[in-house]
Amino acid sequence: MGLVARALEEAGVPTLCLTAAHSITAAANPPRAAFVDMPLGYTAGRPHEPDFQRDLLRRAFAAFTAIDAPGTIVDTGIRWSDDDSWKDGASSGLNNGVVSAEGDTRSERSPEPQYQYDDDRLAAEGA
Amino acid sequence: MSSAPVDYIARTREQYDALGYDPYRWAERPETPPWVPLTKPVADSTVALLASGGAYRRGHVAFHWNDDTGIRMVRTDEPAVDVRLTHFAYDLVPAREDPNIVFPVDRLSELADEGVIGGLAPEAVAFMGGIYSVRRAEVELVPQVVDAVMAMDVDLALLVPV
Repeated sequence: MGLVARALEEAGVPTLCLTAAHSITAAANPPRAAFVDMPLGYTAGRPHEPDFQRDLLRRAFAAFTAIDAPGTIVDTGIRWSDDDSWKDGASSGLNNGVVSAEGDTRSERSPEPQYQYDDDRLAAEGA
Repeated sequence: MSSAPVDYIARTREQYDALGYDPYRWAERPETPPWVPLTKPVADSTVALLASGGAYRRGHVAFHWNDDTGIRMVRTDEPAVDVRLTHFAYDLVPAREDPNIVFPVDRLSELADEGVIGGLAPEAVAFMGGIYSVRRAEVELVPQVVDAVMAMDVDLALLVPV
């Protein structure tokens, strides 16, 4: 995502990257980033908690104007929970691009379109 | 006091090593990033949503999981409940229950109604993160995303990875 942000900014569009993966974002070094201390796959909030999700996005947009130097990652203060024990297992298969010590838990990299519903396939093929 | 962020780079290095895989190569860009100042307040700005959680709509060809470097344009006047998600590397179950957690279209529409942002672009740019090759991401994916954003009249881009 950092590479997309850098290219867009080069093209003239101000960007902000939300991120739950601080080290990965720091390496790609996008112009502006807002860190949320959430598990991967929950970058924009917890499911079915619209107030939490809105608060998260409001803080992200506040970061848009607060950041005044390229390459800054601000901490939004958004956290998954007061209990940080989820971080102990945060590499065990729930997580994007991460494999566990027990083995690679990611899905097979099939070259066929992976539809959420069979009906989607019919709709796409009929289109 | 919150604990330090999870260092996914360090953990993945250890895990790849334990599995006997070649080291994963993250994109590293130490040089100062390009920078465009905001020209107007966020409250007056039209925002483009860019999301790498594998979102698509019924009627689209879904992403495949073998480094699909394509994009899907997803209308933002339809609710998140109609968004489909597919991805090889994150837990799709909670995201399919509420796509807003990776594709916050309902929340952004509300923030536009509230005046926090000036507006939401009529289409979001959706793609699938986790392209293994940084080179392929830069050569195949990034230019399509940039072209799609530049074709819309937007002031800001919000990027939501998974």
